[in-house]
Amino acid sequence: MTEQAPRTRKSRRILGATLGAVAAATVLACGPTTYEIPIETPIQPKLDLSAFQRVLIAGFVAGGTSDVDTNQETVRLLRSQLRSKSSLRVIDADALSLLEVAQDQSKGAAEPKAAAEPVGEAAKGDSSGPASRPAATGERTPTALPQQIKEEKDLEPYERLFANTAYWKQLGEEYQNPLIVTGTVLFTSHSRSGFVSRDVEQFDSLGRRRVVPVRTYMERTGFILRPKFIFIDGRTGATMYSESYREEVLYNASQTTPALSSYFELMDRLVPNFLSALSTQKIRGTRVLLK
Amino acid sequence: MRWSIPAAALVGALLLPNTPLLADGRSEAQAQVNFGIEVARRGLWREAIYRWERAVQIDPAYAEAYNDLGVAYEHEGQLEKARKAYEKALELDPKNPQIRQNYDLFKEINDRASAANKEKP
Repeated sequence: MTEQAPRTRKSRRILGATLGAVAAATVLACGPTTYEIPIETPIQPKLDLSAFQRVLIAGFVAGGTSDVDTNQETVRLLRSQLRSKSSLRVIDADALSLLEVAQDQSKGAAEPKAAAEPVGEAAKGDSSGPASRPAATGERTPTALPQQIKEEKDLEPYERLFANTAYWKQLGEEYQNPLIVTGTVLFTSHSRSGFVSRDVEQFDSLGRRRVVPVRTYMERTGFILRPKFIFIDGRTGATMYSESYREEVLYNASQTTPALSSYFELMDRLVPNFLSALSTQKIRGTRVLLK
Repeated sequence: MRWSIPAAALVGALLLPNTPLLADGRSEAQAQVNFGIEVARRGLWREAIYRWERAVQIDPAYAEAYNDLGVAYEHEGQLEKARKAYEKALELDPKNPQIRQNYDLFKEINDRASAANKEKP
C-alpha cells in the first residue's frame, strides 16, 4: 500500500501535465478567432452614364416660400455636389427659369397664331415639337399653368414641360448632348401642433439623476422640401429616370430658423440619394471575419 | 519535479500544432482562412478572396470561411456572390451570431442596391 501512493501521485502529475499541455497548445495555436474589419461596399449608380461626359443642371420648376430662390439654390447646390462627387463635367450656364419656359410653351399650344413665335432659346428653328406646335383640332386644351406655385397640385400642369422631348433635345444640342438634370422643387413652410415626447432630467430626494420621457403640448413650425429630380438624355430629349423625395423639419415655435438654413438642412439629407443615381457610392461599415 | 507540469505544457504547445494528427482537410483550409484574414487586414482583398475560395474548396463545410468570403465579396461590390456566401455560412452554422450579424448588415445594403437596380430605366 505504501509503494502505490507515490506511483498514484506520479501518474496524476503526468495527467495534469498532459492536460496543461493541451490547454496551452489550444491557446497558443488558436489565438483570437474573430476580427472586426472595416469595409466599404460600392453601390453602382442607378443610371448608366457611359454615354455622357457632361451634365447640365438646367433648372427647376420651383415654388413654395418666397424666402428662398429655390431654383437658383438647387441648381447651385447640385452643381457643386456633382463637381466634387462625380466624374461628370458640370456645365456652367445660367439656371433656366422653367416656370417662364413652361408658360411660354403653354401659350404657344393654346394660341395657334402664336405658334410661329420662338419659345425660349431652345425653340429656335424647331417647328415640329410641342413647344411650338399648334393645338390640333379636337386636341384637348392644356390646363392653364398656375402663375405661382404654392402647393403640390400647382406643379402637376408643369409635368408636360418635362415630356416635351423636342424642347429638351434642342437644349441638349445647344450644349453638345449632355445629361440634363431638371425637375420640380417645392419648399413650403408649415406648422404643426400636438403632443411631443421629450426627455426631461429629474433628481430624486437622494439627488440621483434620471431621465424621464414627458409628453408636452407644443406648437412647432418648420419646412417641407419636396423635390423631384428628372434625368433627361440630352441626345433624344427623353426622360431616362426620375425620383421624388419628401423631407421635413420642425422646430419649436419660439425658435427662429432662417428658411435658407432649413433648405440646406433638408437638401443635405437628400443629396446622397441624388448622387447615388449618378455615381458609385461607397457605404462604410464593419464586419466580423472568423477563423 | 515541480517544474515538470509547466515544462510539459510548453513542450506540448510547441509540438502539438505541428503534429501530423491535425494535417487534415480542415487544418489545411484553416491555414488558408488565417492567411486570408492576414491579407484582408492589410487591404489585399483579392488575395483574401483567393485564399477563402481555396478554403471552401478544401473544406466545403467550413462556415467561417464562407462568412469571410461573404465579407470580401461585399467589399468588392459583388453583392450576389456575397449573398450566396453568407447564406451558405448560415446554412452550415445557423446559430452563429456573428455570421447572422454580418448577413443582416449586408442585407440592408443589398436591399438598397436592389431597389436602385429595379428603378433603373
